[in-house]
Amino acid sequence: MVRLLPLTDSSLIVYLGEDIDPVINRRVHGLAAALRSASLPGVTEIVPAYASLTVHYDSLMLTHDQVAAWVQSHAGAVNRTPERAPRRVEVPVVYDGPDLLDVAAHCRLSVDEVIRLHAQTPYIVYMMGFLPGFAYLGTLPQALITPRLATPRTRVPAGSVGIAGAQTGIYPFESPGGWRLIGHTPLRPFDPQREPPFLFAPGDAVQFIPVPGDDVP
Amino acid sequence: MMEVISPAVLTTVQDGGRMGWQAYGVPASGPMDALAHRAANLLVGNLPHTAALEIGLSGAAFFSDEDCLIAAAGPGFALWMDDRPMPMWTAIYIRRNRVIRLVKNGPGNWAYLAVHGGIATPPVLGARAVYVRAPLGDAPARPLAPGDRLPVGSAAHPLLELAGRTLDPACIPYSPSPQIAVIPGPQAAQFSGEARAAFYTARFALSAASDRTGYRLSGPPIPYAGGEMVSEGMARGSVQIPPDGQPIVMQADSPTTGGYPKIAAVIRADQPILAQTPFDMGGVQFVETTIEAAQARYRALIQRLDGGIGLADAEREWL
Repeated sequence: MVRLLPLTDSSLIVYLGEDIDPVINRRVHGLAAALRSASLPGVTEIVPAYASLTVHYDSLMLTHDQVAAWVQSHAGAVNRTPERAPRRVEVPVVYDGPDLLDVAAHCRLSVDEVIRLHAQTPYIVYMMGFLPGFAYLGTLPQALITPRLATPRTRVPAGSVGIAGAQTGIYPFESPGGWRLIGHTPLRPFDPQREPPFLFAPGDAVQFIPVPGDDVP
Repeated sequence: MMEVISPAVLTTVQDGGRMGWQAYGVPASGPMDALAHRAANLLVGNLPHTAALEIGLSGAAFFSDEDCLIAAAGPGFALWMDDRPMPMWTAIYIRRNRVIRLVKNGPGNWAYLAVHGGIATPPVLGARAVYVRAPLGDAPARPLAPGDRLPVGSAAHPLLELAGRTLDPACIPYSPSPQIAVIPGPQAAQFSGEARAAFYTARFALSAASDRTGYRLSGPPIPYAGGEMVSEGMARGSVQIPPDGQPIVMQADSPTTGGYPKIAAVIRADQPILAQTPFDMGGVQFVETTIEAAQARYRALIQRLDGGIGLADAEREWL
């Protein structure tokens, strides 16, 4: 364990690194899985992020020191290889987003090359946050790295597929947003009628599949 | 059924909060003032995390189509039944079709109206707490509107036996311009000594841009000396310092992760006090404490509140 600090007086944060790095992120998910199975009464949430893990607990039942000791006792889990391969999710995408041409120009690529590079890269769900069901997918190939919009849009439609920096993602709801939109998917990252309601979970593997526009709403 | 006659600026159903989905980006939500919410529930004989009405920023009116037992709690509000003033922080037996009205009469932002049996709307992702920013279930995500009807759970106890229980509100020390205790945040060491000194000496005003997601403070800008961060976990109480140096204290609908440095975190015992700080008065000042002291203060606060309600021994057992 690199560092363990209080986040609040009812949560703590464990840092396994500082950067967006698939090796560090895999260790985060390994530790999260071990803590979830270990299940300490009073621990209410285990929330993975890029290079850290946050543990929320009921401070009427547990002290910071008790939770820290429990987390430390599972420190070895970060080096354990996962028991099974990550779950794979395929996402059909119509590559017709309003920023597709700008991204191609910024990257000095043809639109076809942008689509090919985006779709052929296998991504992992590094973490989820910002909105319910929003998965931060990484990592984009170097050639596609594009900064966010300087001025975010006030309305991005649900299902929009965007890129920002070295990340890509799908908007689960209509919301304001600053990511560059390169396409859309008919899949909904969050659907309360579906079981499971969330399409992605942290640690999943994601593949985008280009589909023609006419077949897809 | 409890029917809304007129909602306040923001009235929603809130239970203790939505647990177990933060890894999917779903905030905890729950009450802005967890202590008043708890008090209202305990006064009417409900478990502490039972769904109740959170009435925000102005008055509101309701009626029940059946006799019921209610309690209203929160600073700066007065309670009326039809044209009769009724005590706050007290379990009151209300006959059906009487108008239950909450009126602002002083400093404070959030009031809770608990009814024995609890508000029994269908749970969504395991909780009844309403998150207005995104629809988590079939119903649209919105605050309550006039004419909305809310089911109430059946009575587990003869209502008249519980009526009259009261809590001395001095059990929760609200203040119109409080000192709010914080512990250092994960990035505290990356702020300069001068920045930390400015944070702890300033008096910050609460901006009207504040809401259930976060309270925006205005005061001297707090400079951050560290490098860019990758997104990490965030929690209710976290004090973020964005590029403009104006602190944002995360509240009940706080996003689960964030990328701005966190200089401090408001302790659980003081979160209700901060939530109830009026927007147009003296503002807040921060004081640093240790996590041990913070956790001890919260345990003592809950014990004082639970003890102040005069619960029967049998009720104490399930707390």
